[in-house]
Amino acid sequence: MKRRQFLQAVMATAAVSLVPSLPLGAAPGRETFSEGSKALKAGRWAMVIDTRKMNDPRLQKKVIEACHSRHNVPDIEGPQEIKWIWTDSYDHTFPEQLNNYPAQTLTDRRFLLLCNHCENPPCVRVCPTQATFKRDDGIVVMDYHRCIGCRFCMAGCPYGARSFNFSDPQEYVKTPNPKFPMRMRGVVEKCTFCSEQLAKGELPYCVQASEGGILFGDLNDPASDVRKALLSAISIRRKPSLGTQPGVYYIL
Amino acid sequence: MIDKLLKGAPRFYAWLGLLAFIIMIGAGAYLYQLLCGLSVTGLSRNVSWGMYIAQFTYLVGVAASAVMLVLPTYFHGFKPFRKMLILGEFMAIAAVIMCMLFITVDLGQPQRVLNVILHPTPHSVMFWDMLVLSGYLLLNLLVGWVGLECEQQGVEPPKWIKKLVYLSVIWAFSIHTVTAFLYAGIPGRHYWLTAIMAARFLASAFCSGPAILLLLALLLKRLTRFDPGKEAIRVLSIIIAYAMAINIFFYLLEVFTAFYSQIPGHMHPLAFLFSGHDGHGNWINGWMWLAAFLGLFSLVLLVTPSLRNNEKILPYALVMLVIATWIDKGLALLYAGFNPTMFDTYTNYVPSLTELAISLGVYAVGALIVSCLWKIALDVKKEAGTF
Amino acid sequence: MYNARYVIPALLVFIILITLPFWVNVVTPEYSRPELVLPAGAEACVEPVEYMRAEHMRLLNEWRDAALREGKRVYTSSTGQVWDINLQNTCMHCHTDKAGFCDACHDSNSVDPYCWDCHIEPGAVTGASGNGGKQ
Repeated sequence: MKRRQFLQAVMATAAVSLVPSLPLGAAPGRETFSEGSKALKAGRWAMVIDTRKMNDPRLQKKVIEACHSRHNVPDIEGPQEIKWIWTDSYDHTFPEQLNNYPAQTLTDRRFLLLCNHCENPPCVRVCPTQATFKRDDGIVVMDYHRCIGCRFCMAGCPYGARSFNFSDPQEYVKTPNPKFPMRMRGVVEKCTFCSEQLAKGELPYCVQASEGGILFGDLNDPASDVRKALLSAISIRRKPSLGTQPGVYYIL
Repeated sequence: MIDKLLKGAPRFYAWLGLLAFIIMIGAGAYLYQLLCGLSVTGLSRNVSWGMYIAQFTYLVGVAASAVMLVLPTYFHGFKPFRKMLILGEFMAIAAVIMCMLFITVDLGQPQRVLNVILHPTPHSVMFWDMLVLSGYLLLNLLVGWVGLECEQQGVEPPKWIKKLVYLSVIWAFSIHTVTAFLYAGIPGRHYWLTAIMAARFLASAFCSGPAILLLLALLLKRLTRFDPGKEAIRVLSIIIAYAMAINIFFYLLEVFTAFYSQIPGHMHPLAFLFSGHDGHGNWINGWMWLAAFLGLFSLVLLVTPSLRNNEKILPYALVMLVIATWIDKGLALLYAGFNPTMFDTYTNYVPSLTELAISLGVYAVGALIVSCLWKIALDVKKEAGTF
Repeated sequence: MYNARYVIPALLVFIILITLPFWVNVVTPEYSRPELVLPAGAEACVEPVEYMRAEHMRLLNEWRDAALREGKRVYTSSTGQVWDINLQNTCMHCHTDKAGFCDACHDSNSVDPYCWDCHIEPGAVTGASGNGGKQ
């Protein structure tokens, strides 16, 4: 055999062995996937936070606690913290909508911040593996199994909504909720608009805990609570000039 | 040709040993980072990229710079660069490998990196960056290696290689453009959201890369008596001077737009780099003023023909230029992209010792690759009589 | 042949090294399927046992993508049973003995899946309950 032929044979063998082997036990068949009959559905999920009602520190704490404890969000101090929903001042929440003489009601208030579930999300655009993606109902979710931890989405998000697991999160979850998974070191995480709750026909935890201060509903439905609330009060969104079309509205 | 590595002077092996030692330290630091997660870096929720991604960005520029030798040689028939062409191509190989390593050490889940290929995502710039970088690596490996083999055997390179060379010229521009797009397409980060980013990256690459190459070539001249030739050095330093002038010009354009428009979002990152914020200085400020001084001073030395052509002064000018461009791209670009933060606040970032050790380790890998490839190239040239 | 006295011994060493797993297998006792602690009180898994044994990771991958990416969180099995797609609340509702069930097989096959880095092992914390996802 000539060297050339030998090499060709080697290459051919290698190529054949690369063909993925067929699954041993093929699925028995007829199995199907479907949405649950109880699942809540919408054309475009959105949230309206009534900051007049949600200004109570007790209520804010309750809302944050409801989310973080149910979703096993680790409690880490310092700049490598992880948070899905939190509060901040007006000038940090709306840095591009500042007035030099702002109303005291605004400067006194604390605002709830979370993922905006943008219509046009930069995080989804930049993610190289589609680990973060937008569902048809407008919710931007994360597949932690697929995330490679490149943190491009954190650079891309204009709202600072994303947190990275710099260390093992498990030891920072004091009482884990056994019904919801935790995350692992090296992946990015954020609010999911409680997609697991919606699948069961229930509203997000923060909405449930808000005592009516947070509304949640279908933006495409003119009769929905969120649309009615937006029609009847003055609301703003964070950084509207960027064209991301946030799905979280703030009534002032 | 690899056999050339087996016969070398003791000091060559001593040098490789030193590099191997540094690589071991870096590998140890990386093991520590793998075990503890990126918590051992200085990175944070607000400054989520740092040292690693900055070095990646700088080295993409170094990789692209080989084109400053290839383009005049192949597009304009400029002969004097022919002799050191292989040095540029081999340096590009090392630079691209360092880029890939810096991306890998930055990942939170490095074992999943192939997800980028398993789930190809054309709307992500990162996907394209992976494509162009691996393509560029392949091109330079082929062009460099086949070219050298032909030189060894004293034959003309095959025709298809010439086509690949032309492709590699365009490709070099693409790698740094795509890398700039990683930043320039992100809404909300004012320091990065600028149309001139790719042009600025290219200008900075085409001065710093050839400067590093020329410095190393001058070092070779002392160590091995390999002479790139007076004309090559003269013309390459002119290219460096022009690129540096354009680089500084582009930077000043940014400064003008920010401070004449007086839009806070545009001014704040620049102000942060040079003077901190709200009356607080930051460690980066001193570095920035140093970069400004070294950059301008090196430009003065390089644009003055009598100084530029003085082989005693030229190395100093080049070292200053490399430091200035490294501070701009390898430190400031990332830091000011994240400051002010998305909440209009400021978050300090200082690379940790682990980060520095890993970075040093990656640079040592690059130096090892360059040393080995250049040793092969020079020995082949000695034999072929093209030394 | 050049340097035959170096090349041939080196080739021999190489061949021995590369076939080492076979030699190790010849001298070690035959592999036997580990004794698993099967869930008490459950008649069948979501699919027939042969399929689950061979393809449970594939099923989990399909479940994950269906639930997470398509929002389809209900699975109708080939036997017509309907299940909630949920690792912690459906699978681990019956498979409560990780050491006796999962680990026993995984250990003897030298695989180390990291499912439990995130998905909470049954019994690791108190409070798990429910109907196990069967509808």
